[in-house]
Amino acid sequence: MTPSLQAFLPELVLLAGALGLFFVTLKKDGAETARTVILLTALGALLACAWSLGSQATLFDGAYRVDAFSQWLKIVVLAGFSFVILLGRTLGDIREDIRPEYYLFLCLSVIGQIFMMSSIDVIALVIALELSSFPLYLMVAMRRENNGHRVQMEAAVKYIMFGVAANGIMLFGLSYLFGLTGTTSLPLMMTRLLPVVHTPIAIVGLCLSLAGLLYKLAVFPFHFWTPDVYQGSSNETAGMIASLPKLGAVAILVRFVSLATPHHTTVALLLAGLAVCSMFYGNLVALVQKDFKRLLGFSGIAHAGYAIVGFTALDAAGFTSSLYYITGYVLMVLACFVVITRVSKDGANVSISELAGLHRRSPLLALTLVVAVFALAGIPPFVGFMGKFGILNAALSKGHLALAIIMVANSAIAVYYYLRVVKEAVFGDPVEEAPITLDLPTRILCCTLLVGILALGVAPAKILGAITASLATMGL
Amino acid sequence: MTSQGFLDTHLLSILIFAPLAAAAVSAVLRSEQAQRIWALVATTALAALSIGLWCRFDASTHAFQFVENYSWIPSLKINYAVGLDGISVLLVLLTTLITPLCVLASWTYIKKRVKEFMIALLVMEAAMVGVFSALDTVLFFTFWEAMLIPMSLMIGVWGGPRRIYASLKFFIYTMAGSIFLLVSIIAIRLQTGSFGIQEAMGHPFSHGFQLWIFAAFFLSFAIKVPMFPFHTWLPAAHVEAPTAGSVILASVLLKMGTYGFLRFCLPMAPYATQVLAPYIIWASVIAVIYGGFTALAQGDMKKLVAYSSVAHMGFAVMGIFSLNQQGLEGATLVMINHGITTGALFIMVGILYERLHTRELDKLAGLGAKIPVFTGFFGVFCLSSLAFPGTNSFVGEFLVLAGGFKASPWAVVCVVPGVIAAAAYMYRVLQKFAYGSAENPEHHEVADLSLREIITLAPLLFGVFWVGLHPQPLLNVMKVSLAHVLEQAQRHL
Repeated sequence: MTPSLQAFLPELVLLAGALGLFFVTLKKDGAETARTVILLTALGALLACAWSLGSQATLFDGAYRVDAFSQWLKIVVLAGFSFVILLGRTLGDIREDIRPEYYLFLCLSVIGQIFMMSSIDVIALVIALELSSFPLYLMVAMRRENNGHRVQMEAAVKYIMFGVAANGIMLFGLSYLFGLTGTTSLPLMMTRLLPVVHTPIAIVGLCLSLAGLLYKLAVFPFHFWTPDVYQGSSNETAGMIASLPKLGAVAILVRFVSLATPHHTTVALLLAGLAVCSMFYGNLVALVQKDFKRLLGFSGIAHAGYAIVGFTALDAAGFTSSLYYITGYVLMVLACFVVITRVSKDGANVSISELAGLHRRSPLLALTLVVAVFALAGIPPFVGFMGKFGILNAALSKGHLALAIIMVANSAIAVYYYLRVVKEAVFGDPVEEAPITLDLPTRILCCTLLVGILALGVAPAKILGAITASLATMGL
Repeated sequence: MTSQGFLDTHLLSILIFAPLAAAAVSAVLRSEQAQRIWALVATTALAALSIGLWCRFDASTHAFQFVENYSWIPSLKINYAVGLDGISVLLVLLTTLITPLCVLASWTYIKKRVKEFMIALLVMEAAMVGVFSALDTVLFFTFWEAMLIPMSLMIGVWGGPRRIYASLKFFIYTMAGSIFLLVSIIAIRLQTGSFGIQEAMGHPFSHGFQLWIFAAFFLSFAIKVPMFPFHTWLPAAHVEAPTAGSVILASVLLKMGTYGFLRFCLPMAPYATQVLAPYIIWASVIAVIYGGFTALAQGDMKKLVAYSSVAHMGFAVMGIFSLNQQGLEGATLVMINHGITTGALFIMVGILYERLHTRELDKLAGLGAKIPVFTGFFGVFCLSSLAFPGTNSFVGEFLVLAGGFKASPWAVVCVVPGVIAAAAYMYRVLQKFAYGSAENPEHHEVADLSLREIITLAPLLFGVFWVGLHPQPLLNVMKVSLAHVLEQAQRHL
């Protein structure tokens, strides 16, 4: 097998899987088959990715680069992909005749994200970004109608409108960068932008280019879709939207922000401003939420703010900590969604009060929820703490003292609403006594996520080292 | 490597991680009785093991002993570094020795979810030992915060009627206090280039910087102590917590605040310490008087003991910021003594509550005559709490007052009403309890102490008189380390 084929194998496996899924959608009652196919695809791609971890290649006329950075992130995305499939179980909230299509779109969206990780040409990047977004818009709309209420349609329309607008802004910004540098290749752009990076037009171009990514990450002021989409889409879809795209967005953000030099105060200031707004807005609004998914939506805005704080350092340490944090965030938020999907009746939304007495209905779910929520709150020894610590460390070492203090103050605000969840789940008495029985895949999923959240927090040395090393291959 | 050798070099790590392993075993045990027995066996074994620390501790040096240092997260320069000096060794011992008593005190008190309770208790022990032995600021912070989870669960799940309010208040208060600790840890690292506690001690920070980190440290530690006016979480948490939770809170958790002063504030910010010490002494005078007089007004015995804690810890803070040898020694002794005496008082109030389901002094009046053994123990611990000569607290408070007099005679004069109030509230309890009002029919059925309860209280009784009559061994252990802390705190920059 040629080296370039080996490097591209994960993508090929996914594409083959998508093709297979397409054929499954042609026949009737293909939901079970589709589920098997997508699960096998995810595992196959994961294995292929692990196998190609060491390989390096530049493909498609320099538009696509496979390196340690991209492969490392692909593994995380594919692992998350497998979790999302397990999360979905039977897709109770999606109409039965369109379930195979749902799996197809899920697979296509992940393919888009995988492409994003390796794209080093802005055209390829934008296409990959669109490929990862459009299936998600459809998946939101695929939720079953509930008593004639079409909230899912409202959510989907909001999602697509904001998405398209943000992408438009991004393309506009990219056109400036292209005009300045005469190239669409990111590495070339990096060197050619260097002499002119402090000119206003470069700054405007750079900042506008970030819009599409900030939208994915749900950073203020591109956050408006978040709570409605979380609430309107089915629990499984929301779990997907809340986790993987954010990882992709942060990864690409690294590529874009590294276009700015380490001493670029304007970009740092802009990012700091967005981070502060996101943190305060997300946390303060989350305080009054009653629906658990909405709460996660607003807290997601705040967490995006934390991740952006790492970027203000504009150096490898900051990027590393943000990537590490968002990796941990994927695990934490998926753990929350496992609980949501299992507690929910017929796929309905779950209010916080419905979590009452979860410890008696299912101890494992309660444990998963408590660990995930404490991790989100940033309590050691879980990954949320180590992530925030790394980000604070990076920001403070660049002298962003005020930003660091705002960040810790926000962590303190956030504790209140996270504790409300813990309070219901652990201290409360069940409103409904029926125990929740978990099937084996769910148990495995819970345990994997628990171990992941704890292990990443207690022993982050390996993964931090890997991220730092892979950033170094990008020239950072 | 022989097994003895492994034990020698890793004793401290074993004390930190063995409780976690024991908790894992607890998770698979089925019957409730097995849970209790296993928790007792495990904590007793750890207590026995920790005696090894006492035996092999070399009191002639201030250097950290039983040191273990490994790289934990190289890219952030965080180390797993643990070690003990003369201050922390005593607090670790206090922790390991008090935990088996907590298991015994919860034997029948905890009736639901025994497994989870014992797991929480064991995890708590690991975190507490970790806090006292950490020599890396990040490791310290990790244990410091991790402790919140089992403690708030203990209050929130097994506590009294207002447990949820108390648990949330405890969690948010402590968490909010310690976030600035995190920022200052990183700020220190940027100055010294290391997260090591030893490296930060004696580092010549600028005066302005010292004032800032002192403020950040002080806020988080003062909440933990708790110092007036940051004490409001304490009565709520104490009253609602189950007996073992109250004991751990009083005996160990509060000490972390004063330990933090000794470990962080004094050696790392000597200039700020010298500037601010007089004000802090006055704040502790207020705490002693406020705690004493508020305790005097309480009808709920647990609340009374909780407010007396505020007063006692006020003495400890006063001793520390007297900034002389006697004051520091007294403060450390007060910390140990408060652990023994207040722990015992909480256990005794818990015993009463288990029997009569009330802690109201009025309803318990006159009970003493029915249960003489209980009253005997109770009398001794009450006397110890008011610092009666011959008991442990007398030695500690005497040293604090002697040290405080050198630093600020007027403050000591002003603290006298607080001392008198302590005598007043404790005698009031004793008088009401032993000789109190008319016959209460509910009291006829009350059983005296069982053998298990006597075994629980006997070590504490021994502690009261051992420290009271022969405190020299303890003073010897802490002397050199405290002198070193003092030397660092009085360094002229």
